[in-house]
Amino acid sequence: MTLLAVENLDVRHGLLQAVRGVNFSIAKGETVALVGANGAGKTTLLRAIAGAQLPTGGRVLMNSMEITKIPSHRRVGMGIALVPEGRKLFSQMTVEENLMLARSAGRRGDWSIDSVLAAFPNLVPRRRAKCGTLSGGEQQATSIGRALMTNPEILLLDEVSLGLSPLAVDRVYASLQSLIGSGATIVLVEQDLRRAMKAANHNICMLEGRIVLEGKSGEITREQITAAYFGLSGTARQEASAP
Amino acid sequence: MMIWVNQIVQGILLGGYYAAIACGLSFMFSVMRIINLAHGSLAIAAAFALFVLADRFGISPFIGLIAVLPAMALLGWLLHRFILERSQRGGLLVPILSTFGLSIVIDNLLFEQFGANTRSLAPAIGSLSYDSWTISDDISIGKLAALTFVAAVLLLGGLQLFLTRTQLGRAIRATAEDPDTVGLIGINARTVNAAATAIALVTVGIAGAFLAMRATFDPYAGEPQLIFAFEAAVIGGAGSLWGTLLGGIVLGVAQSLGAQIAGQGFLIAGHVVFLAVLFGRLYTQQILAHFAKLVGRTA
Repeated sequence: MTLLAVENLDVRHGLLQAVRGVNFSIAKGETVALVGANGAGKTTLLRAIAGAQLPTGGRVLMNSMEITKIPSHRRVGMGIALVPEGRKLFSQMTVEENLMLARSAGRRGDWSIDSVLAAFPNLVPRRRAKCGTLSGGEQQATSIGRALMTNPEILLLDEVSLGLSPLAVDRVYASLQSLIGSGATIVLVEQDLRRAMKAANHNICMLEGRIVLEGKSGEITREQITAAYFGLSGTARQEASAP
Repeated sequence: MMIWVNQIVQGILLGGYYAAIACGLSFMFSVMRIINLAHGSLAIAAAFALFVLADRFGISPFIGLIAVLPAMALLGWLLHRFILERSQRGGLLVPILSTFGLSIVIDNLLFEQFGANTRSLAPAIGSLSYDSWTISDDISIGKLAALTFVAAVLLLGGLQLFLTRTQLGRAIRATAEDPDTVGLIGINARTVNAAATAIALVTVGIAGAFLAMRATFDPYAGEPQLIFAFEAAVIGGAGSLWGTLLGGIVLGVAQSLGAQIAGQGFLIAGHVVFLAVLFGRLYTQQILAHFAKLVGRTA
C-alpha cells in the first residue's frame, strides 16, 4: 500500500532548480535510503515533502490525498515528521521542553517523553539541560526524539550522522534499527552509502535534482549505486528518465 | 538625608509603572523582533476606553478592565494579522514605519473623538488615588503606587511562568528562536505570533489603566509613554522580563533623584542614565579589553 507518493516534483531556490521532475512512491513499512552527492537535491526533496519548502510544480500525495499546498505544521498533524539537517533544536530550551513542544502536533500514540528517553538512554541525565550545551550525538538523539514525539506515520531523516563521532553514529543507527524493526516507514538521507544500504530495503539515488537509479536492496548492487552517485553510468540515467 | 531615601523609594515605585508599560514592548521585541512604535498610543487608547466606561456608565476602572483587556487582546490579534505580519515580510524597517503610522492614526482618532482636554481616572477610583501609608515623617508610600508596583511584579512573574510552564508559552519561545523550524513539529508560527501580540496588548491595557489612574492623559500622551517604555526596556536589556523590571526601577530612581536635584532634572536624569547604559553596553567590550591590557602590563 502506497503511503507517500511524489509526482513530477519541481522545487526551486530562486533561480536554482534543486529538484527536477522527481517521481517515486513509498509503501507503508519501507525504509528508503535517499543517496546522492552534495547538491543533488536530497535535502530540498525532503523539505518539500515535509512542507518546509513549497514546490513550483508537481504533486505530493499522502495516503492518496494531495498535500502539495498544505503548510508544514498541518502535515505534521497528518503524520509526516522531518528530522532536519543540522538538527535545528531550540538551543535555549531544555531537552524535555524540546520534546514537549512536539506535542503541539496533537497526534497521540506510543511515543512519549518516557519512551523517547528509553529509546535514547544517553538523554536521561541531560533531560533538564539546555540543548545548546549537548554533545552532537545527544543533540541528534533529541532531534530524532522530537520528531518521534509527533507519532509520525513516516519519518524523514536528513543526514543524521553529520558531524557525529563514529561511536555516536553507531548509537543513533542502533536506535533506528529498532524503530525499523517496529514497522515504521522511514526515508533516510545519508552520505555513508554502506550504512544507508544496510539499513534500507529501497534505494533511491539522486544526481543534479533527478532520480538516476532506484531499486530494492537485493536488485541493485553497490557498484551500480556508486556509478549513479557520481553520474558515471549513462545507462542508469536513461532508465530513470525514460518512463 | 531622608529626602533622598524618600526619592529612591518613590523612584522604585515609579519604576514598577515603567516596567508595566515596558514589558509589552520588550516582549514583542524578543518574540518577533518587532519594535512597536504604536505601543504608547495603544496604552492611551486603552486608557480612553476605561475613561468612557467610568465617565458614561460609572464603571470602576478595575471592573472596566474585564471588558477592556479582552478587547485589547482581540486588537492585538488583528494588529498582527493585518499590519505586523504583512509589514514584516518587507524587512526589519517596515514594521517600525507601519506602527509609527498606526500611532499617528490612533492619536488623531482619539483627538477627533475626545478633543484636547486632559483626563484622568483618578476621580473614578475615589480615595485610592491619594491614600498613602506613612512610614516616617519624610516617607510615605502611596497606595496606588504600591498597587502599581505589585501589579507589575505579578505581571512580569506571570508572563515568566506562562512562558516556561505552558505549551503556548514554550511555543512562543521556540518561535522566537527559530520561526522556520517550529512548523516541522506542528506549531503554526503565524498563530503563535498573533497570540503573542494579543498577550503584549493585554499588558499594554494594564499599563494604560495604571497610567490613567496615577496621572492625566490626553490623545497625544502616548509618545512620552513610548519613550519611557523604550528606555526601561533598553536599560534592562531588551527581551529579558526581570531585566525589564530592573530597567524600570533604574529609570524611575534616576528620574526621582534628578527631580530632587533640580526642578527640570526629572526627564534629563532619565535620559542621561538611558544614554549612559546604551553607550556603556556598546563600549563595554573595548573598556574591558583595555583594562585587561593594563592589568597584563603591570603583572
